[in-house]
Amino acid sequence: MLAAIVLRRSLMTIVTLFGVAIVVFLLLRVAPGDPIAMMISPGAGPDDVAALRARYGLDAPPLIQFWIWLHGILMGDFGTSISLRLDVLSLLAERLPATLELSGLALALGVFLGGAIAVIATLLRRSFVAGLIDAVNGLLLAVPDFVWALAFVLVLGVLIPVLPLSGRIDPALETTFVTRFYLVENLVSGRLALAGDILRHMAMPSLALALPLAAVIARILKEALAEAMQQDYVLLARVKGFSELRLVLGEALRNAVGPTLALTGVQFTFLIGGTVIVERIFSYPGIGNMAIDAVINRDLPLIQGLVLVFGLMFLVVNLVIDLAVVALNPKLRHG
Amino acid sequence: MSPPLLSIAGLRARRRDRSAQPILRDVSLTLAAGEVHGILGESGAGKSTVAKAILGLVPRGIRITDGRILLDGRNLLALDSRSLRRILGAEAALIPQDPSTALNPGRRVGAQLTDGLRLWRGLSAAAADRRALALLEEVQIREPARVMWLYPHELSGGMRQRVLIAAAFALEPKLVIADEPTTALDVTVQKQILRLIRVMQTRHRTAVLFVTHALGVAAQICDTLSLLFMGKVMEQGPAADILLAPRHAYTRALLAANPRHDRPASSPEPIPEPVIAACKAEVAAADRADAEDG
Repeated sequence: MLAAIVLRRSLMTIVTLFGVAIVVFLLLRVAPGDPIAMMISPGAGPDDVAALRARYGLDAPPLIQFWIWLHGILMGDFGTSISLRLDVLSLLAERLPATLELSGLALALGVFLGGAIAVIATLLRRSFVAGLIDAVNGLLLAVPDFVWALAFVLVLGVLIPVLPLSGRIDPALETTFVTRFYLVENLVSGRLALAGDILRHMAMPSLALALPLAAVIARILKEALAEAMQQDYVLLARVKGFSELRLVLGEALRNAVGPTLALTGVQFTFLIGGTVIVERIFSYPGIGNMAIDAVINRDLPLIQGLVLVFGLMFLVVNLVIDLAVVALNPKLRHG
Repeated sequence: MSPPLLSIAGLRARRRDRSAQPILRDVSLTLAAGEVHGILGESGAGKSTVAKAILGLVPRGIRITDGRILLDGRNLLALDSRSLRRILGAEAALIPQDPSTALNPGRRVGAQLTDGLRLWRGLSAAAADRRALALLEEVQIREPARVMWLYPHELSGGMRQRVLIAAAFALEPKLVIADEPTTALDVTVQKQILRLIRVMQTRHRTAVLFVTHALGVAAQICDTLSLLFMGKVMEQGPAADILLAPRHAYTRALLAANPRHDRPASSPEPIPEPVIAACKAEVAAADRADAEDG
C-alpha cells in the first residue's frame, strides 16, 4: 500500500519537475536583464559580446537552448555558472547540505515548539493562560520569518551579543570536514565543541524560520486536540483515572497529529522558501543565499539549477508529509 | 445488613445558566454490593446526570447544588480531583453507550485493555497481556490473541462492545456504570450484550448501575429500579414488585405503553398526555414544598 503510493508519487514528481523546468526556462528568457551585459568589461566591443554569447550557447534559438539544457541535466550536467565560472552541479552539491541542515533544524524546532504550545494550551484550556497563549500565537502568526531574523540580529547579535551574526562556523576554528553536512558530521563523530559552535551559528536563522511554522502548527493542532478531547474515548480514559497530561499525550494527540499534518503541510514548503532571505540576512552559505546572487547576476544556468533543486525539495517534503499522514492513521494504513 | 456500596442521598442539580432549571430533584438511591440497579427514565429525565455525577463528569453547564454520593463510605462530591481519579480508576468503571466512538481509533485493542491494569494494579506488560487475553475469552471473543493487536475499526460494533465490557471488568471494580450500553446496537446483538453484562456481573459479583430508557431492557437485567421523571424519583424498589404491581401512575403508564416488556424489540407507545400532566403537577408541588422549607 505504502510502496504503491511512493511509486506513483515518485513518477508524478518527475513529471512535475519537468513542468518546473519548462516554466523556469521560459520565465528566464522572458524576464528582463542580460547575463552577458553583467559580465563584460567596459570597452568590450560587439564582437566580444557575440563571442561570449556563443560560448554560453545563448545565441542559439530558445528551443535548442532548452533541449541542450534538458539533455545536459539528464546526463548529469547542469551547465556552467556564468558569474562564478564553475560547474552548477558541484556548486549545488557544495551549498545544498548547509540549507538542508538549516531547514531540517528549523523544521524540528517548529514542530517541537508548535506541538508544545498546542499541548500546553490544551492542558490549560480552562484557565486565563489559554487566552494569553492565543494572543502570543496570534503575534507569531502575523510576523514573517525575515522580521524575526532582523529582530534577532538586533537583540541577540548587537544589543546583547551572545550569538554569532553570520556564517556557518567560526573561521578561527581549524578544522577539516569529510562531508558538507557539518552539523551531522560533528555530532556523529562526537566533536561536540565544534557541533556546539555550528549550532550557535544556526540558532538565530533556524529559529526565525521555525517561529511562523510553529505558530501555524500550534493553532491547527490546538483545534484538533480540542476536538479529540471531546471524544468518547477520552471520556472513558478519564473514567479509567488517567491524568489530564496522559489524556492529552496518550489519547488525544495521536489522533490529532494526522489532520494537523495534512493541514500544515504547505507551511513546511514556505519554510524552505524562507531560507532564501533568511540565509541572506545571516550570510549563511546555503543555496538560498546563492540564489539571490544568481538572480542579481542574471546567472541563468545557476538560477535554473537552483529552482530545480528547490522544486525537488518542495516535492519531496510534500511526499513525505502525505506518507506520514497515511502512516499515522491506522484506518488508511491497513487500506 | 452491611452498609450499601453506593449511596446517593438528596442529590440536586441545576442548570448553570440564568434559568437555573432543576435537573435532579432530591434523588436518593442505594446500591448493595453485587446488585444491579436500574435508573429508568425518558430522555431528559436526568438519568445520565446521575451517572455522570458519580464519575465526576457532570457537564460544565450543570451544577450539583446539594446531596452526597457515598462510595464505600467516601463522599465522592467532597473529594479533590486527584483522589477522585484514583478511587474511580481503581474501583469503578463505565460501559459507554456508543461502542463505535468509545475506543481510541489510534490505539490497539490490547493497549486499551491493559493500560488501567498497568496503572492501578501495577502489573507488568506480560501479566497485563495475560489478564487481557483471559478477559477477551471471558466475553467470548474468538482469537483473542489476534484481536489484541487489532485497531478498533477492524472490529464489528458488537465485538467493540464486548471489548468495552471486558475493559470495564478488567480491574475487578466494585461498581460498573452501564450508560445505555445496548442503545446503539442491533436488536439481535442487544440481547447477547445484555446477557453478557449479567453473566459478568454475577461471576465477578460486581454492583452495576444500569442507566436505560427502555423498560424491557431494565426488566431483563435489574434487581431494583428507580424511575426518574424530570429529575425526580417517581417510584423505587425491587424490579419484580414495580413491574408486577406498579404503584405510581407514571409507572403504570410506562408498563401499559410496553405491553411486552420482556421483549425489548417492541417499540413503546407514547405515554398519555393526562399522565404526563399529572406527573408535572406532582413535580411542581414538590418544588413548592421545597421552596417553603428553604
